[in-house]
Amino acid sequence: MIYLQLFWVFVKIGVLGFGGGYAMLSLIQHEVVDHYTWMTTTEFADMVAISQMTPGPISINLATYVGYTTAGFGGSLLASFALCLPSIIMVYFILKLFMSKKNNALMDNTLKGLKPAIAGLIFAAGLSMINLQNFPDYGKGQYNISVIICILAFVASYFFKANPILLIVLSGVVGLIAY
Amino acid sequence: MKKPLQLFLTFFKIGAFTLGGGYAMLSMVEKAVVDQKKWIPTDEFWDMIAVVQSLPGVFAVNTALYVGHRIAGRSGAFAAMLGAIIPSITIILLLATVFHEYRDQPIVERIFKGIRPCVVALILAPSLRMIKSAKVTLKTAIIPIATVFLIWWCKISPAYVILAAIAGSLIYALIIRRREITRLRDCETPSGPEIPKSRSQKEKEAKP
Repeated sequence: MIYLQLFWVFVKIGVLGFGGGYAMLSLIQHEVVDHYTWMTTTEFADMVAISQMTPGPISINLATYVGYTTAGFGGSLLASFALCLPSIIMVYFILKLFMSKKNNALMDNTLKGLKPAIAGLIFAAGLSMINLQNFPDYGKGQYNISVIICILAFVASYFFKANPILLIVLSGVVGLIAY
Repeated sequence: MKKPLQLFLTFFKIGAFTLGGGYAMLSMVEKAVVDQKKWIPTDEFWDMIAVVQSLPGVFAVNTALYVGHRIAGRSGAFAAMLGAIIPSITIILLLATVFHEYRDQPIVERIFKGIRPCVVALILAPSLRMIKSAKVTLKTAIIPIATVFLIWWCKISPAYVILAAIAGSLIYALIIRRREITRLRDCETPSGPEIPKSRSQKEKEAKP
């Protein structure tokens, strides 16, 4: 049953995952944290950090990780394969459909229209991670170190396009010292 | 060496050493496939990438599949895809087993306590940058706002939101295409060679 659920979840994500790894992240979060509750929100945050810091596509890393924690070695292979399956079907069977210029222009315009929605999707994923589990020292009379880390990392990432891996390492060091 | 095997090794190397996801690996793929092996000409490669970018799914996997397919058919596509994902799967499996073992250690917990808020920022920042690059105006700002409201507040599955957004933007794209087609048709009537004349006249009339 768990294998079937894993397979279905990641096939769905493979079909609907427009707009890169972060867009898929919000789909994965909804299924894994909210719907099936395979993971807590802190486990999810840890997993995103690990996926970001290791080589390879983030979504494949996430699929492997989710598969492993829910159903072991077999689960990890199944989840990654399920994520790739829609792409495989596409390249094998409907390649010509997409390669025609006319259809590609249509796809391109569709994707342009989709972009604001995807941005909202990713933002929502970030918002739903703002909670007391990920910010345990939030509140009056506390140092609010987690809030400070978040704001500084946001500024560094948004305004200065800082390397995400560097930011993760730095905040890990801060956590080690501060907590 | 057979092409599928070469493809596998090429994408394996790229998959094992590129940090930061799909777009970071693009220049490495170009270097290997276009410059070194000369399997595909540069312009054809970038035309292909333009198509691949608009497809759903993992960008790196799609790139591997399409490049592999172009070079060595179906077996080439499969070999390239395996090459692209096997390093990630292996590394994550190793890390996941280690992390499960040590995650309750106080030191590890302290480190991750610092990392979690950073992850939140790393998700929020690119989404805002994306809104900027999508040239969202006051009129279209309703789209991301509605998306956030539906997913974050109403807890509606992002899958449905994406489907609705696809339907909406497909209709929009079809309208654009229809408009372009009618514009072309208007130019063609009444008969071929006279078009530029009549069109420029129309513009002249419109100017004053």
